[in-house]
Amino acid sequence: MINVNALAFYYQKDGFRLNVPEFTVEKKEKVAVIGSSGSGKTTFLNLIAGIITPNAGMVRVGDVSISDLNDSRRRDFRITHMGFVFQDFELLDYLNVLDNILHPYRITRALKLDKSVKRRAALLAEEMGIGDKLKRKAADLSQGEKQRAAICRALLPKPKLILADEATGNLDPENKTLIMDLLFRAVEEHDATLLAVTHDHELLKRFDRVIDFKNFQELDVSCSTAFT
Amino acid sequence: MFDSLYIAWKYIGYNKARTATLIACITLIGFLPISLELLLDESEHQLMSRAVTTPLVVGVKGSALDLVMNTLYFGNEVPELMTMAVSDRIMDTDLALPIPLYARFRARGHPIVGTTLDYFEFRGLKMAEGQQIAVLGDCVVGAGAAEQLGLRPGDDLVSSPENMFDLAGVYPLKMKVTGVLHKSHTSDDLAVFVDLKTAWVIQGLGHGHQGVTVLKDPTLVLKRTEGNVVATAKLYHYMEITDENINSFHFHGHIAGYPITAVIAVPYDAKSGTILQGRYLSKGESYQIVKPEDVIDGLLQNIFRIKNVLDAVISVVALATVMAIILVFALSLRLRQREMETVFKLGCSRMTMVRLVASEILIIVSASGIFCGAMVVLVDQFSNDLVRTLFIR
Repeated sequence: MINVNALAFYYQKDGFRLNVPEFTVEKKEKVAVIGSSGSGKTTFLNLIAGIITPNAGMVRVGDVSISDLNDSRRRDFRITHMGFVFQDFELLDYLNVLDNILHPYRITRALKLDKSVKRRAALLAEEMGIGDKLKRKAADLSQGEKQRAAICRALLPKPKLILADEATGNLDPENKTLIMDLLFRAVEEHDATLLAVTHDHELLKRFDRVIDFKNFQELDVSCSTAFT
Repeated sequence: MFDSLYIAWKYIGYNKARTATLIACITLIGFLPISLELLLDESEHQLMSRAVTTPLVVGVKGSALDLVMNTLYFGNEVPELMTMAVSDRIMDTDLALPIPLYARFRARGHPIVGTTLDYFEFRGLKMAEGQQIAVLGDCVVGAGAAEQLGLRPGDDLVSSPENMFDLAGVYPLKMKVTGVLHKSHTSDDLAVFVDLKTAWVIQGLGHGHQGVTVLKDPTLVLKRTEGNVVATAKLYHYMEITDENINSFHFHGHIAGYPITAVIAVPYDAKSGTILQGRYLSKGESYQIVKPEDVIDGLLQNIFRIKNVLDAVISVVALATVMAIILVFALSLRLRQREMETVFKLGCSRMTMVRLVASEILIIVSASGIFCGAMVVLVDQFSNDLVRTLFIR
């Protein structure tokens, strides 16, 4: 599903450099990436999503080489094929929950908003436990509810790839487990691939693979002491 | 575009105070110059149309503007009074028809205009209901005055005292409304017309009272000599003219010495008009003859000079407001930077981002346009009355 080869990216201003010799995620695989703060995990996700472009190397999602697409096509590809769950949710305060979930459909012509999509959005919200809050403004939701709405927004276009950037970073332990349960269930139900950046070592056992961002080596998560 | 409008609408709805302020600013920027232009056009139309149909006005030397404004629009500023002799003098020249006017008193806020029947013919005023002034104490009201005061033929109308605290001054006279005029869309609509003599009765120059020759009460008689009776102040003066007491009304002195405010002179032809104007050119002349058109033209020139200044002020204010609005939008965009980044990360195209902002501007400008249009229509609807209330009083 994801194929990264000889990827190089750097910020000239502060000398930040990111080099990924090789990285692969198979279809329907759930992969976690761990690493220290500031190591470039979010930048890596942004490169895969095509939000930023690499200075060298290749990023391929499915059959499409993201780095070869122009800006407009990259945006279209992102909104139709990828679901992004942001660390701080990034919901729009002035929209209610339903409008936030439907938001991707309103900002691109690549997705068509019709009654069936609205129905599906309501069902998805119901599954996520926020079905009774569809008319509430995003600003009035709790952290857990906001994250559920953000996951609904990411899943609604039925993306084959879900990128989660510390999706549980702002949540309390109880909500953390709940949200991850919902995310994993949704990923499985949608036959999607999940690439998640996380700091939360307790959750790592649930992923198929865990990659150490320092050297891009796979870690053995069966032994919890590996992360201490 | 519909989705962009939808999102913009939600954003606007969420930021009500900011939106209301922006709409109010843009509405005012549009409304102020347009309404000012409308009102000035209407005032020019009203002032000029009345002025061009009034050939010449004669009055005491002084402010020509006060004279014209009082004669044409029955304004509050009463020019210096002159006598009926001035009207007689014009009549004697055989150059013009004199129409004397005595526009000094008011009845419930409306000017009482003492004149002759020639005035109605000259202005083309027709009766909508009732009949013309026939006897002392009768009055005919303009359509607007009748509507505002709720008057119909047969009703009574009492003149207002000039000064509440002047006990020796003008006492109110109860007049009988005999007719209501058709709407003429001029100052005549708001006036109360009476015969000159009725106006003089209002002033107290003509009066009616108990017959002094048959008085029995000794306290009513100050002095009685052969052929003359001097009554005391206790003598009852009638404040209403009725069929029973009308014959007791009389005027002391010569009518030629009675006051009027102006005379409208209607020359029989252009040459007569020129000759008549020439008669008032000498330095020793106490009276002036003016062409209202020239006076109003001069007034309008001043108004337009002021309007040019106002236009410049409004332009500067509008420019400052537009810049402030641009600043508000720019700050708003900066505040929405995070939102823009989010929609960009989701995959929104640049064009859609432009559309989102454009939709917001479109909604705000459209709403302002609708408000501005509605207010302008309202001003246009009432421009006639507004001009009369604001500019011509």
